[in-house]
Amino acid sequence: MLSAPEDIKRPLSPHLQIYKPQITSVLSILHRGTGIVLFGGSILWCFWFVSLTAGIDSYYQLQEFLLSPLGLLILLGWSFSFFYHLCNGIRHLLWDIGIGYEIATVRKTGWTVIFSSILLTGITWAMGFMKWKGLL
Amino acid sequence: MKYESSLKRAQGLGSSKSSVHHWLIQRITAIALIPLGLWFVGFFLLLITSSYEEAHAAFLSPWTVTLAVSFVIALFYHASLGMQVIWEDYVPYGLTRWALIMGTHLFCFFLAILSIISILKIFLT
Repeated sequence: MLSAPEDIKRPLSPHLQIYKPQITSVLSILHRGTGIVLFGGSILWCFWFVSLTAGIDSYYQLQEFLLSPLGLLILLGWSFSFFYHLCNGIRHLLWDIGIGYEIATVRKTGWTVIFSSILLTGITWAMGFMKWKGLL
Repeated sequence: MKYESSLKRAQGLGSSKSSVHHWLIQRITAIALIPLGLWFVGFFLLLITSSYEEAHAAFLSPWTVTLAVSFVIALFYHASLGMQVIWEDYVPYGLTRWALIMGTHLFCFFLAILSIISILKIFLT
């Protein structure tokens, strides 16, 4: 690995605060942001698997936390992040095989990603609440 | 237009000597996580309001355990590759960057093993 000499102050190129937000840039930033949220979520899933083996008390403690207002807020944030990262990830995979580079298409698939991730999050929560209330 | 000599093209390793390995594994785990992630969301949704006994019973099926372990492997592999790119983008070359990347990889490795052992413990006992 190379390291730059410490005493040279190099100029920095203009960053986020300089540019006007556009659907392309905002969605790209969201992809990275939701990725970080999902990284945090992966720690939670590990906890959940461990709580299943750590005995009945730890299982219900974690369940009680996840079904509390704070826990539900975390799950809401995780689920939106999951569906957003999933939909936008499919968009990325399509770009990888050369599909959808025209700027009009990029905008169209961008809005599709936004609407589908909100819709999928809504459907998941509706099903979750129906299961919780014993309707499903 | 070709930017590489014939030998470099045949070796296909590029300047980093590791070629597209990181890129490719990130895509493979991404594709795996489409069905596995959706499965996990449905599985978790069914179990989050379930009793301890019901949750344990769910992990007695070899299908469930296979899916859960596959999900864990793809998830933590994908997560550690993704976090590596973020560190590489924002932390300048040096010991800190190296430590953050190594730390993230080892952390993900540890959590993956812990998750898999926990899942298998329920399955096998």
